[in-house]
Parts: sequence; structure tokens; C-alpha cells
Amino acid sequence: MRFSEAWLREWVNPPVDTQTLADQLSMAGLEVDAVEPAAAAFSGVVVGLVQALEQHPDAQKLRVCTVDVGGDAPLQIICGAANVAAGMRVPVATIGARLPGDFKIKKAKLRGVQSFGMICSASELGLAESSEGILPLPEDAPIGTDFRAWLGLDDHCIEVDLTPDRGDCLSIAGLAREVGVINRAALTRPDFAPVAPACDDRIEVRLLAEEACPRYLCRVVRGIDPAAATPMWMQERLRRSGVRAISPVVDVTNYVLLELGQPLHGFDLARVEGEIQVRMAAPGERLVLLDDSEIELRADTLVIADASRPLAVAGIMGGAGSGVGADTRDVLLESAFFSPLAVSGKARSYGLHTDSSHRFERGVDPELQRQAIERATALLLEIAGGTPGPVVEAVAESALPQRAALTLREARVGQVLGVVLERETIVDILERLGMTLETVEGGWRVTPPSARFDLLHEVDLIADIGRIYGYDNIPVRQATTNSAMRPVPEGAFETDRARLALVDRGYHEVITYSFVGPELQARIDPEREPLKLANPISSELSCMRTSLWPGLLQCARHNQARQQARVRIFESGLRFIPESEGLAQREAIGGLSLGAVAPEQWGQGERAADFFDLKADVEALLALTGAPERFAFVAAAHPALHPGQSARIDCDGAPIGWIGMLHPALAAELDLDGNAFLFELELAPLDLGVAPRFSPISRFPSIRRDLAIVVDAEVDFAAVAACARAAGSELLRDLVLFDVYAGDNIEKGRKSLALGLILQASSQTLTEEVIDDAVGRILARLTSELDARLRD
Amino acid sequence: MAEEIGLDIDTLCETALAAIAAAPDLATLDQARVRYLGKSGELTALLKRLGTLPPAERPVAGQRINQAKGQVQSALDARRETLEQAALEARLAAERIDVTLPGRGTPAGGLHPVTRALRRIERLFADAGFAVEQGPEVEDAYHNFEALNIPAHHPARAMHDTFYFNAELLLRTHTSPVQVRVMEEQAPPLKLIAPGRVYRCDSDLTHTPMFHQVEGLVVDEQMSFADLKGVLYDFLRNFFERDLELRFRPSYFPFTEPSAEVDIQCVMCGGDGCRVCKHTGWLEVLGCGMVYPEVFRHVGIDPDRHQGYAFGMGVERLAMLRYGIDDLRLFFDNDLRFLRQFA
Repeated sequence: MRFSEAWLREWVNPPVDTQTLADQLSMAGLEVDAVEPAAAAFSGVVVGLVQALEQHPDAQKLRVCTVDVGGDAPLQIICGAANVAAGMRVPVATIGARLPGDFKIKKAKLRGVQSFGMICSASELGLAESSEGILPLPEDAPIGTDFRAWLGLDDHCIEVDLTPDRGDCLSIAGLAREVGVINRAALTRPDFAPVAPACDDRIEVRLLAEEACPRYLCRVVRGIDPAAATPMWMQERLRRSGVRAISPVVDVTNYVLLELGQPLHGFDLARVEGEIQVRMAAPGERLVLLDDSEIELRADTLVIADASRPLAVAGIMGGAGSGVGADTRDVLLESAFFSPLAVSGKARSYGLHTDSSHRFERGVDPELQRQAIERATALLLEIAGGTPGPVVEAVAESALPQRAALTLREARVGQVLGVVLERETIVDILERLGMTLETVEGGWRVTPPSARFDLLHEVDLIADIGRIYGYDNIPVRQATTNSAMRPVPEGAFETDRARLALVDRGYHEVITYSFVGPELQARIDPEREPLKLANPISSELSCMRTSLWPGLLQCARHNQARQQARVRIFESGLRFIPESEGLAQREAIGGLSLGAVAPEQWGQGERAADFFDLKADVEALLALTGAPERFAFVAAAHPALHPGQSARIDCDGAPIGWIGMLHPALAAELDLDGNAFLFELELAPLDLGVAPRFSPISRFPSIRRDLAIVVDAEVDFAAVAACARAAGSELLRDLVLFDVYAGDNIEKGRKSLALGLILQASSQTLTEEVIDDAVGRILARLTSELDARLRD
Repeated sequence: MAEEIGLDIDTLCETALAAIAAAPDLATLDQARVRYLGKSGELTALLKRLGTLPPAERPVAGQRINQAKGQVQSALDARRETLEQAALEARLAAERIDVTLPGRGTPAGGLHPVTRALRRIERLFADAGFAVEQGPEVEDAYHNFEALNIPAHHPARAMHDTFYFNAELLLRTHTSPVQVRVMEEQAPPLKLIAPGRVYRCDSDLTHTPMFHQVEGLVVDEQMSFADLKGVLYDFLRNFFERDLELRFRPSYFPFTEPSAEVDIQCVMCGGDGCRVCKHTGWLEVLGCGMVYPEVFRHVGIDPDRHQGYAFGMGVERLAMLRYGIDDLRLFFDNDLRFLRQFA
């Protein structure tokens, strides 16, 4: 809410400056977002009276005006505005004046005629965005007075960002209450005397939805002057509150809304048939609103209707068909209490948000309606005349919000706030806040004021006590040392450790959005239908990822396009997998490698990283599980990967991840240069709970025998190793693959593998006999199972 | 005869010493050793000729030969040492490298600055005895809103800019639902933080549709606003490694009461006022409050027996202040030139 400081100070005027006032509001929970001058800086502008005007001899559009500015002699001023007229009071920038934008007024000659100043428009004074013609001033504007002082423009507009619980502060009256409480300053409320009816005209009201609207007041005002204009002072207050002046009836209702917090509505009486019904909409009823949009009403929506049709959406917006127009003479003012539950969410559901719905949703004081309609009547009569009828009130007492007294335990105040307050302090704060107290055993029965919808529980009262006492006055209690320990499972797989392992291996961590575009998602994981957002920011951010790869690929592309040829990135986060039993949100870690194996360097040749470089990184992660032997890389096809360079990663035979080269077709679509390699591992299956366990080291030497064998090209190394291990049993301590070769001297379709067999026994030094026997067994098994031959 | 041998010895000794002194390298020196002192060396040959001398002359001649051998041997040793020293020096000189050349291999990468800040936050709280809990990111409306005392159509819901999948399923808008999930599972006393990704349907200069929060929750029999202040003073001063001033401003969250926004003295200008703090000297960094009794009732904790406090902070905001990052969107561009700065 935006308000004028001067307007507030008319209600309560503590001896503090503007900045202090703003700080006080912020520290009381009414956060001040901005404090701005009410008008741009200007000087030397006075109220003048146009005494006479003549046509400029040489310019059709210019007039030569004689303007009395209270000086010894009137000034001759050239004016080009169409609306300038004799007898008009106007703001005059005299010689030496400075206008907004540091525009200095000097003596000037326009087409040969001297001009001693300038008659100003509202926009030239920074009081409006744009204006047509000069700004006419009311007849009581005193000639010669400083215009700035006369309009009180040395004021500030204060913007408070109110939390939804403080609907009671969405008015000058509400803010003034708070400022009064904080400063122990008395409130000077303007005089709101009721306006006596001067005719008997009335419209009857029927409450047909008492829970939603337990109180509805209306009043006929006949015969207002349609040509009346809203006075300058009211226009200024509206402007400083960020509200545009429109017409006297609308301006008065807006003014009272800002002043008291009660939303009001004005109907054109001529368009109200018979009576007012406050009822729920009939499904399918249609209404054209004041903003000219047409809506179809739902049955959950409260409307104000006459005998035949809905006139307005209660508490949200009036209808175009019954609104006050330029020719309205007879007005029906409405001042009602709509329950927050009846209004909450409704405006939004129709795509609306108004000053009225904003207040009703948060709660309007249910005892404010009569005062507000009297105030509005008085202001309307003052501006536009007219004959008021009696105030008609329909009320369903039983449905009005009941202010039950709350029990406040004195001891509880200290328990919650952590500081023991004096009894007197508590009572003083609550009474200043307008609460009624009744002393009971151990505390009080407290009745909050009717405007405070936020005070529902004991703790709400305690919070308010804390707020006024000052949060900063509550002590800071240092925590004591925590001595209890928590279990630390040693075999747990720690994501943080895995991240650091990748960082040490040259990877940068990235964090990408969990939602991705449907096309890329479908290219990576065509078989799954991803979870889709109903209200995404854009299509590119609409599908919940089922893989970390779309984000990594986009990130690689972003960097490659910015001259980063070597990319090593990883991410850890959730994958969102729709499954028959519901959505699975599984944590995974994935990485991407693109470009040279190492940054360009003087001492080593450049080589593009390949599958096996990435595989080493994945193996480093698997080693962290404590049982890397339980994982296997199995050649398998993946829609996003090169069919000849992709592997599924299994743990104990169950798939837990993938590794491979990005499919060249996909790389081309993504405009990626070079071969990108990707991996992804689910994290939960890595948590094998394996902690290290010692096994004795053999005291006997190990020996090595090298074996070069030739097998079919399709035979993978894993099969060779498994076969050799099975044949060598516990004597084969280790198996080293030190060469893989195909080409000259090897039959087509075959390949040569050079194996280093490391043999060792735990109880003896191996004899040549035992060694030869073991090697022979291994070779025989390789030959029989895999058709291996010793290389010539 | 003896004179003859004597002459031979002197000559031979001189020749040998000259050869040793002239040996330019270890190989030549070794040749000289073999030639004079080897099994069939010349000095050794002289010894063998001793037997041809009359017995009376043998001791003198023998002594002289041994003397000469000793002389030659020490000359050999000295020369070897000199040559070895020279050889080592030559090798060392030849093996000199430019130690300023860059090292070989792959440099380490780095953690994302958000993770970096998160680890710091987690570590500070873990040291104070807080457990780290996780919760789902695709959340139901009950845990994200209702259980936190934000009923449907509450104006606070409108402030959350929620991403929905359907009426009941959404992306969590804060880490607060983890509070509820933990309280559903575990009994007090509780002391935990819940870091993670959160989502709001908002994207502009100062908002990204995804960001990170850390939620904190402490529930015990005696917990007050003063304890909450203590923890937050402790955390913020340690996080920024400065004796910062804090300001607790009353605010509103449907799931805490009393509620506060916490401002720290601006870490950019020290509170004097600058662009970052909009010339106020203060920076809003987190929200907090005492757990609202309704929230306890939702999870079956007796609000008369237990009290608790909760707090929530934006990790990007803290990281920006900590590392001087001036544009929120940089976090999710993942530009390597940005990321490398946090290695």
C-alpha cells in the first residue's frame, strides 16, 4: 500500500522525522519498501489569476495573457494551451523558477512578444504522466502563494509491503493506529458525523447467502451534479496513494477505501431494478465487468444482484451495466462486509485482482460499514451535492465474525519469547493495541479489536506483544554445546565424496533446471512419458527430466559456443521417473566429457578423451562403494548413445546406470563439435554399506607369466578375464591386460590380447611345476571356452 | 739386479702416475689400473720377479714395490674420485630443466558455488548438532501448504507462484514441507536442517524458476525466540566470518508465530549504504519464527508440551553476498568461466 505521509500525520503526528517513521513501521512488521518525494523538485511556482487574454499577433495558437501573481503589477505571459481562459487560476512559473528536469524559466520572446514566465500543466510540474492543457486551480487558491506550499507537495509517498495477515493496516486509519501504538501518540480522527437523510428513497436488501455476506448497507443519493469535479486536495491524495482520479463518485469511494479500509461501490440507481439481492451466482450467469471483460459466473461466487440479474461480483468488481457513468444523477452507495472465505481465491480464479478483493480476502473490519457509508455520503454531498436517503442495513448477526476472547497465560509469554516481561508491560502493550483485557488466574482473557483477523490463538497475542516490545529487545541466547553423537554408517556411499572425486579428476559441477524441453527429453529417453508441468514458464522448461543428460548436453553446448573446447562437467540431482506405482524421484549423478583429455600442454601430446577416459572416472566413483567388483559394464544399446560405444552399468546384475558416446546424429542436431561422452549412475544402489575388511598379505613372492592369445574380435575382455580367473582360481592374484592388437599378422576377424598373469600362493613359494600347471590350465580353459590360441 | 729392479720400479711408478693423472675419464683410468695393478699388470709382474732376487735383497725390493703399488693405488683412487665428481657434475648440468614450465596432467575442476555455500552451511549446522534431512521435490499440496497452515485460497498461496502438475501435485515452493515430513516420522527432540532445490513460477532479473533453500527446525520442550536468535546470530556471523549486526523485523509466515525477517548489516558496505543494500545498510537474508501450534497439531505433536523454531534461507542469496556475485542468473548459465572461479 502506498500512502501520503502528510495524510497519515493528519491522523497521528508523532515527533519523529520521515526516515524514523519509515524505520518504525518496518520494525513493527509493516515493511517500508520505498520513501519517495510526493512531487519532483521545483521552485518559483506561484498561484496566478489569468485576468485577460489576447490573441498573439503572429501565432494562431498562442495567447498573450495578463496574469496576476500577487506582485505589484500583473505579468505578461504567452500561453499555448487551448484551455487557458480569463478568470482561471493557474500555476505560474515565474522568472528564475526551476521546473522538474532542471528546466529554468527565463524571460523569453515568442514571435516578437515578451513572456515573463510560464503557465504550467500538471505534467510540467511532475504531477501527472501526461496532461492536456494547463492545470486549472480551484477558485479558493490564494493568488501569489507558493504553489508547492499551497498543495503541500513537500510530502512523501511511503510504500509499505504488507504481509497478508495485516489487512487491518490497508488504510490510513489502520496505519495511524499502529503509529500511535508505537509512539504512544494520540489519534486525531477526522469528524465523521452521520448525514441525516433528506428523503425517503431506499432500496431494500435481501441477504440470501448470510455466511458469505452477513452485513450489507446501502444508501440512495439522488440528484448529484454530473458536472462536478473532484477537488484538487482529494485528487492529490489519491495520486499520492497511486490511485487515478476518475469521477466524483468513484473518487469518493476510493478515498474512503484508502482512508478507512472499507471498499465501497457506487451503482447507477437508474440501472438497479427493484431490490438488492446478495446471493450466490446461478451457474452460467454472465456478467460484463467494469473493465469490459465478460465472465461466466460459477455457483461458488457471491454476487450482488437486483431483482433480475447480477450487477457485480461481490467484493471484487462491479458490472459495466450498473456502474456510475458521466450522466449518472442518482447513486446507490454500497458498503458491505463480505467474509474472507467467500472472497478468497475468487478474484484470482477469474484472473482479477482489485483493491477491493485484496482487502476483503485479508479481512475488513465488520464494524466499519456504517461509518464508511456515512463518510462517503458526506464527501459526495460536499463535492457533487444531491439528496441522501436513509442508510438501509441488512444484517445477519449470527453470521458475523464472532470475536471470542482468547486466554493469555502470563507464563507462556516468557516461554515463547524467551524473556520475562513485567505484568504492566504486557497489559500496557495489549491495551495500546486496542484489546480489552479481563484478568483471570495466571493471565488474562483478551478480546482483540474487530479489525484484527490475524489474532486467533494465544501465540498470536504473544507475537504482537513481542512485536511492540521490539524483537531487538529480546535477548540472544547462545546455544550450549551439543554433546550427543549420531550414528555414522561407515559403509555409506556419500554423494559429497563422489562430487569431490569428480572435481579432483577435473570435472566442474553444474546445476541445471530440473525441467527441460520435451524434444530433447524425448531424444534422450523416448520410451518414457515425462511428468509435465501444467503451468510452465516456457515449453523449454516444461518436462520434469528423467535423465541428467539433457541439462548436461545443453550446458556443454552453451560452453562450446563460448570458446570452451574442453568440457568436463557433472551434476547430481533428482530424476523424475513416472512408474506404474507412482512417481519415483531418484537421485543420480551424471557427467559429460568433451574435447581433449587434458588442457593443451607443452609436454604431452594432445589426444581427444574417449570412452575409456570416462570409464576410469566412473570406476573411480564405483571404487567409493567399497565393492567395485560387484559392478559390470555390459555392452548394450541406448537411444542417445553410439551403438558401438555404449554400456549399461549393472550392480549384482541389476541396471544402475549408463555410459557411452553421444550418438553422432544427436551430436549433429545439438551442434556439438567432437565426441561427447556421457555417464549417469543412480545413487541409491551405490550405497552398498561395505566398509573395509582386512585380509592377510602373503609372505611369499609373486611371479608373473605373460600370455599372448588370439581370440575372435567379438569376444570381450570381460569374458576372457572371467574365464582366466575361473581357471586360475585363488592362485591367480591379478590379471593385467597390457596390449590389445588387431591387424598385420593376425587373422581377419580375430584380435590379440597380451595378458600378464600374476600368480601367488598364501602358504608357499610357487615352484615352476605349479606355475606351469596353472598357466596351462588357464590356457586350456581359454582355448576350450573362447577358442583362444597362443599367438605365434 | 736389485738396482735394475729398483730402476724399473721408479720408472714404472712415474709412468703409472703420469698415466693416471692424464686419464681423461673413468674408462681410461680403469685401463691404467689394469695395466699397472691388474693380475697381469706391470707392477704385479715386478712382484712376481722378486723370487729371482737373492734372498737378502728381497725385503728391500718387496717393500719398494709395495710402496709403489700403494702410491699408484692412492693416485688411482684420487683420480677416480675427481673423475666421478666431474661426471656427476656433468650429468647434473646436462639434466638441468626449466622449473617454471607448467606441470603436466589434468587440473582439478570445482564445485558449483551453490554447493560450495551449501557445504559451508551444512558444516556449520552439523557442528552445532543439526542433522541433514531431505525431502521430495515433487510434493503434494498437503505437505507444501495445508500442513503448514496455508489453506487453499489463503492469500499467502498466491505469493508462492506455484508450479503445478495437477490440483494435488506440485513442485515444492520451499523446503518447509521437509519439516512436516520429518515431524510425521520422528518424535521430538528434533534438530535438523533440510537443504534442497525449490521452485517458483517466476523468471526475471532477480528470480529464477528454480533455486535453493535451507530449512531449519528445532523442536524441544523449552525453545524460545531467544534461542532462535542465538542460533541465527551464531550461524550468520560464522558464515560470513564477521561480527555482523543483525536486525529481526516482525513478519508473517502462516507456519510460524512470532515470525521475523532477519536482516544483516550490509556485507558490501559495512552498513554505510550502497547499491546492493539499496542504501539502507541492511540486507534481508532469511525468514524465521516459532513453529505455529496448528503445524504441530497436524503432525500430532502437543504444542503445550513442545515448542520449536524454524528458519529458512535462500542459498543463492547467501552465495551472492559471500562471493560478490551480482547476477542471480549466472548460477544456472553454468558458464565454465564462471564456475572456474569457485574451484
